[in-house]
Amino acid sequence: MASNAAVPFWRAAGMTYISYSNICANIVRNCLKEPHKAEALTREKVHFSLSKWADGKPQKPVLRSDTPEV
Amino acid sequence: MFKQASRLLSRSVAAASSKSVTTRAFSTELPSTLDSTFVEAWKKVAPNMDPPQTPSAFMKPRPSTPSSIPTKLTVNFVLPYTSELTGKEVDMVIIPASTGQMGVLPGHVPTIAELKPGIMSVHEGTDVKKYFLSSGFAFLHANSVADIIAVEAVPLDHIDPSQVQKGLAEFQQKLASATTDLEKAEAQIGVEVHSAINAALSG
Repeated sequence: MASNAAVPFWRAAGMTYISYSNICANIVRNCLKEPHKAEALTREKVHFSLSKWADGKPQKPVLRSDTPEV
Repeated sequence: MFKQASRLLSRSVAAASSKSVTTRAFSTELPSTLDSTFVEAWKKVAPNMDPPQTPSAFMKPRPSTPSSIPTKLTVNFVLPYTSELTGKEVDMVIIPASTGQMGVLPGHVPTIAELKPGIMSVHEGTDVKKYFLSSGFAFLHANSVADIIAVEAVPLDHIDPSQVQKGLAEFQQKLASATTDLEKAEAQIGVEVHSAINAALSG
């Protein structure tokens, strides 16, 4: 069976829809005028802690954050 | 971690018993929508277990489609951080679907449309409100309710044209110098979004 409808260029390059959507949103946020831009950039901040597991136990967590450490 | 599990379990059971009848019932309490021969065969093999439920047994009935087309479209326009419009009754919305600008009137055929970066305009009488959407989806239902979801939506006057030009030039350069497929795709997205914003500002 032939493949379905033509895939969008970003999916052909290995990107998921979520990444595509987030990149578009970041670009739009960067083009805003000043007071709105500052508010928008706060929305881009991410803060999460990631820990890999081995032998049924979590290893040391890695913290990824845009907010400065207190 | 296991302390959490028991707290979560007891919380969900308590919540289920305290809510009214609209809470989802346990699978044993719902009427079976299964074929009777299957149920007989099941009972022979596993008399102590209830026959499995199918997803349709848990679904609420779809909202009914009114017999005559309503005069107004109800729009729910949401963003991840806020609900821009909730249940607003309007005459028409024009959404930037990936297949082109799509006008939605009350009684529109049910559609799921993927949106591309572009302008969405909400028409209410003579009043027109325009937003630039970064991307998203629009769900048009049979009962003239439109759910539009976008990641970023800004009114056109919040956009800085000089930033757009700068961004466009920057991404065109990145596109020319990109090596991997992924870099090319990212640069291409940048060029497309900036061009869309430019077109929106001038059109």
